[in-house]
Amino acid sequence: MSIASATQASEVSQPRLQRHRRGPHPGTMAAALLVACFALVPVGFVVWVLVQAGWETAVSLIFRPRVGELLVSTLLLQVLAVPLCIALALTLAWLTERTDLPLRDFWRWMAVAPLAVPAFVQAYAWDSTFPVLRGLWPAVLVSVLAYFPLVFLPIVAQLRRLDPAMEEIAATLGDSPARVFLRVVVPQLRLAICGGGLLIALHLLAEYGLYVLIRYDTLTVAIVNQFQAVYDGPAANLMGIVLFALALPLLSLDAWLRGNRRYARVGGGAARLAPTARLGNAWPLWMLLPAVTSALAVGLPVITLIRWLWIGGEGAWAFAALGAAVWQTAFYALLGAIVVTLVALPVAWLSARAPGPLQRRIENIHYYIGALPGVIIALALVAITVRVALPLYQTVATVIIAYILLFLPRAIVSVRASIAQVPVELQQAASALGDPPWRAVLFTTLRLAAPGIAAGMALVAMGITTELTATLMLSPIGTDTLATQFWARTGEFDHIGAAPFALSMILISVPLCVILHRQAMGAAGR
Amino acid sequence: MNVLSIRGLDKRFGATQALAGINLDVGKGSRTAIVGPSGSGKTTLLRLVAGFDAPDAGEIHLDGQLIADAAGGVPAHRRNVGLVMQEGALFPHLSVLDNIRFGIRDRSDGEARALALMDLVELSRSMADRQPHQLSGGQQQRVALARALARQPRLMLLDEPFSALDTGLRGQLREATAQILANAGVATLLVTHDQEEAMSFADQLVVLREGRLIQAGPPQELYGAPADPITAEFLGPAIILEAEIQSGVARCPLGDVPVIEARATPPGTGRILIRPEQIRIASPGAGDTAATWQVVAVEHAGPYAQVTVKQLSSNAPSSNLVFKTPSVDLSPVGSKVALTVSGPAYRFSTSA
Repeated sequence: MSIASATQASEVSQPRLQRHRRGPHPGTMAAALLVACFALVPVGFVVWVLVQAGWETAVSLIFRPRVGELLVSTLLLQVLAVPLCIALALTLAWLTERTDLPLRDFWRWMAVAPLAVPAFVQAYAWDSTFPVLRGLWPAVLVSVLAYFPLVFLPIVAQLRRLDPAMEEIAATLGDSPARVFLRVVVPQLRLAICGGGLLIALHLLAEYGLYVLIRYDTLTVAIVNQFQAVYDGPAANLMGIVLFALALPLLSLDAWLRGNRRYARVGGGAARLAPTARLGNAWPLWMLLPAVTSALAVGLPVITLIRWLWIGGEGAWAFAALGAAVWQTAFYALLGAIVVTLVALPVAWLSARAPGPLQRRIENIHYYIGALPGVIIALALVAITVRVALPLYQTVATVIIAYILLFLPRAIVSVRASIAQVPVELQQAASALGDPPWRAVLFTTLRLAAPGIAAGMALVAMGITTELTATLMLSPIGTDTLATQFWARTGEFDHIGAAPFALSMILISVPLCVILHRQAMGAAGR
Repeated sequence: MNVLSIRGLDKRFGATQALAGINLDVGKGSRTAIVGPSGSGKTTLLRLVAGFDAPDAGEIHLDGQLIADAAGGVPAHRRNVGLVMQEGALFPHLSVLDNIRFGIRDRSDGEARALALMDLVELSRSMADRQPHQLSGGQQQRVALARALARQPRLMLLDEPFSALDTGLRGQLREATAQILANAGVATLLVTHDQEEAMSFADQLVVLREGRLIQAGPPQELYGAPADPITAEFLGPAIILEAEIQSGVARCPLGDVPVIEARATPPGTGRILIRPEQIRIASPGAGDTAATWQVVAVEHAGPYAQVTVKQLSSNAPSSNLVFKTPSVDLSPVGSKVALTVSGPAYRFSTSA
């Protein structure tokens, strides 16, 4: 058959003209809008609580000495722990990225590793080893150890993205290495430091388990306790509003930072290795910092767990309970990861392929909501299910909805980045070769984006595995995940019984460290 | 008195010999351009002078003072050597004014001096508060130049500073930079892979290849009398022919051409260089016996056209000549023409 007849055979009928579509696909847009409205539920809850309670009740429940105390203890924690996290992370990042410290790669991994240890497991290790540690300073110590990697990672990523030419130019302008770091490097890390610091501040606001174990009352601890005493009571809800009010300025600051984020490298230039400072004979002194940090943040929890398991022997392993918990956790994590990723798809697609002001606003809504403390989202969902959707109250569906609200940002970021990495030309090429749009999207773009999307799903699944607060407040009676089982056992001071659950959560979270570490490292090449 | 003096400089990166036995002098207030293909070691040389890398052997002297040898060196921040890189490398967190006064230690008159430098590099003072990302490429380079000049450096290093700019702007900024540096009286070392840029900027041209210094001298001299055929082709379009040379005349396919030689060599065969711009197409008369060439292709490119001719007596495509000629009065394809050469050919020394 000749080429002419082959091409003719495929053109059986003349294609009809279709109206040109301008802007994003209406279906995708509608889906994204729907998800955004749904995400605004917690905000609606806050407004509703204020209206419902009325002015006088609200004032009497919010402006009382107990709330004042909680406010002070919560803020004190922020003011002390966040700057300490930043100072520690900055020094460790400098040591591992810009000096000739021996074993730099190892120390970098050790600075990311605490992410595999959920904060409440960290606290359990300290509490069961040194039961005398109570109150503010121990709370600050454990908070710093559990959360400093959240600012270490963005600092390292940014350090690797910096153009070494800046530092070289500064040297030719007469600055010593120390001055170069302070005048040229640190100012360029400003956004990473602020972004990471805010993230930690939000995590400290939301943290529940850690402070219960260290016996330090924060607003979140008090809300959960109040909630467990009186389900859906106005006192817990109104304290939730105080917490919301604390989170709001942090969120706005974060949004403002996001808007100001610019590419670090003004010029391109050849990517060269950044100059490294020589520590000289002082290196053992410098090495003390990463050594002590990892001994406390990684060594102590791991050794504590091994010790409890050793003491408990075979009796420590409640295999039936452990098996059931692993199964349930896997169920929640997998279901949650799939649903969250599906919900993230339209939003991520729009911001990668059809960006615009409305699309950006939609995306930002999810970042706000996802950054809210889990306790607020849980309170909102309880209030709503009890009133308008009672059949959903204390069901798997409600828990999954909470996970959507909490973990959607992670999924959006991963899915968007992996879609953006697929050249749009490939999808166009598929169309030119006769694929209808849905086929081109599904078998070309999404197929190529699949590894990144899978990594995003893994991040969500690992987040769910170690989520405690919302799961405790929302899950149906009889739910036994690793986190809730662990929590029940620590509540009965069963240190040995809790250890296998803690160990399982740590093992499941190890890939989280690997993925985040790789993302921070990879920033250099792109 | 030389500002910069380099003796026997060696640098290796693992198995790669980046620089081997480099000797170079840069005079006060002079402009030196280092050219070479990528990987020739030119940027490495610049980085050794700036103090970002250390030599394996040899010495670098600045103003007569030893600043680096195999044993050690003055750190980069104590050398007072200015540096402008490709795309400026402006500090993204500082305004134009703060970028320029970054290196000025005396805070009292920092602003006044920075503003005066803006005048010097012909930047409007109204741009002082702008951020680097609000500037065009050319403006960024002017800020980078002002910033480097602020410390009154002993030597200015320019690392491909114009290569990221559009063609038109590039020439303009190159002239302006040469003028500014001449006014400031700062000796300059320019690294570029663009030989035209190098020749128009410098009064000393240095050709590097595979880490070795092939040739150094005034640009026009190197263009007319390059060390070897590769250098000849690197510095511009070149026609290299085998010729029979006897008493100052080369007999080659273009006829008898007077020849100059690097040094007196015995008569015999050798390779000669003719620059295409030396070739003229003579309008042939009818039945002209001198018309030994035929036009086989003409490619128009505005003011100039590229003409391919073949020798009538030979059918080997390798003997074809390709050169540019003004696009007026072009001989059409197929016409028989005579070629003349104006000016002498250059004979490569036999060792090359």
